Amino acid sequence: MLIRRPDDIPSSDITPETVYQNRRAFVGTAGALALGGLIAPSALQAMGFDRGAAGMQDEKLTSEDDATSYNNYYEFGTGKEDPKEQAKDFRPMPWTVNVEGLVKKSRPYSFDELVGKLPVQDRIYRHRCVEAWSMVIPWQGVQLKDVVARCEPLPSAKFVEFTTLYDPRRMPGQARAVLPWPYKEALRLDEANNPLALLATGMYGKALPNQNGAPLKLVVPWKYGFKGIKAIVKIRFTDKMPNTTWNDANPSEYGFYANVNPLVDHPRWSQAKERRIGQFLKIPTLPFNGYASQVASLYSGMDLRKYY
Amino acid sequence: MRSMLARAESPIRRLIRPALWLLVIVPAVVLVAQLLLDQLGAEPIEALEHASGEWTLRLLAASLAVTPLMRLTGWGWMVAQRRFLGLAAFFWAMGHLSVYIVLDQFFDWPEIVKDILKHLYITVGMLAFVLMIPLALTSSKWSIKRLGGKRWNQLHRLVYVSAIAGCVHYLWAVKKDLEEPILYSAVFVVLFALRFILRKPGPRSPRPVPPDASVTLPAA
Repeated sequence: MLIRRPDDIPSSDITPETVYQNRRAFVGTAGALALGGLIAPSALQAMGFDRGAAGMQDEKLTSEDDATSYNNYYEFGTGKEDPKEQAKDFRPMPWTVNVEGLVKKSRPYSFDELVGKLPVQDRIYRHRCVEAWSMVIPWQGVQLKDVVARCEPLPSAKFVEFTTLYDPRRMPGQARAVLPWPYKEALRLDEANNPLALLATGMYGKALPNQNGAPLKLVVPWKYGFKGIKAIVKIRFTDKMPNTTWNDANPSEYGFYANVNPLVDHPRWSQAKERRIGQFLKIPTLPFNGYASQVASLYSGMDLRKYY
Repeated sequence: MRSMLARAESPIRRLIRPALWLLVIVPAVVLVAQLLLDQLGAEPIEALEHASGEWTLRLLAASLAVTPLMRLTGWGWMVAQRRFLGLAAFFWAMGHLSVYIVLDQFFDWPEIVKDILKHLYITVGMLAFVLMIPLALTSSKWSIKRLGGKRWNQLHRLVYVSAIAGCVHYLWAVKKDLEEPILYSAVFVVLFALRFILRKPGPRSPRPVPPDASVTLPAA
């Protein structure tokens, strides 16, 4: 399907293949420094490996097993282990995405029409959940801006809204009104056109697993994980800021922007640190999840405490 | 019914303590084994936190179930199980707190203090734990004697506050799906209600005088 090597020159935000390949060697070096099985972040920093914008070098991929068996996907149950079990019989294909709103022509697109023939991207991104755990995941997919362009939005469009499939027979978690179904998420159009924004169709070099949002999942690595809407069936362009599910469910806790920000705590817990799944010690959370140099300019002049 | 109860009393009385020991020890052993065998999923620390917190509430509920049971059956010896279960709940609460301090925060005291002061669900959880300390310290027979039954009973009413705080802690900690914390809270509500329904016979709740006025009421 869409799982092939990237056929264009990767932009700077993509982990270069060489770095990716050398990670093994690097992890070996780091392993020598490991104390009791723990990689001391300070030791890595002392070696000059900055966790900042440029580098993913010092960050080990989360094991595929963890990334595909521990996640939130309330459409398949509210427990973190539920989605893997409850989504195992879900059949994503054939898949249709309705493109609506302020576009040249509203119409349904088949999965291949929408994302086929677009350059496939390999991206290793940090994933930071609003619950203060994180992973490092290798995604495959297409740039969202390429999909936006394919949808031909009108100049008046300012926001893009995504909707998850609503079908309680296929998504048993929707039988309970834990959230107002269907799940909706949205981005400002300039956020959607940022080169980091991805529509994932695969991870770990395989088709996107059902429990991770097959067949189409939004990945916006500088935002909390709940922005990464799964199993997208509708893309709507609009000039008004759309409602989003978690914001509707609890506006004081989950904002529209939901940019990763260690300085703005969740009302009930701290966002200053995160636990990287597979590691013991918590690590500091970075502004915009470490992607500040690519995305901070989108929010210049905005009070990020107000627009959390 | 009465005679069945009477026949059951002696074996239950003999077996209750070993059974309660198993109830306390087996989950702890299973949890440690799961941890060592890497069977706690992707986020073992969170799994330990959740399990230890839930066992604290379960044992607390069990200890609060003793009094209603005692009033239903009239088995006064059960009062010792009440202290045993309360103490067991306290040890699980210590485990819960230790997992938080050692594994979750790794002795990051400034962060822990900030967490307790700033995040209400942690504040309330700490309150629930702190209230259990005097109860655990006075759980011996010697303490009852020293304090005197009345004062001891008054002090141990703190368990109600601790249980409510524990439930609030759970309700607030959950992101969205409140099903389980509501279930736990409902159990405590039922246990509290049972105490009112099955009132202690005594001067405060006068009973109709039994037909045979020469029979005195059983002592509380």
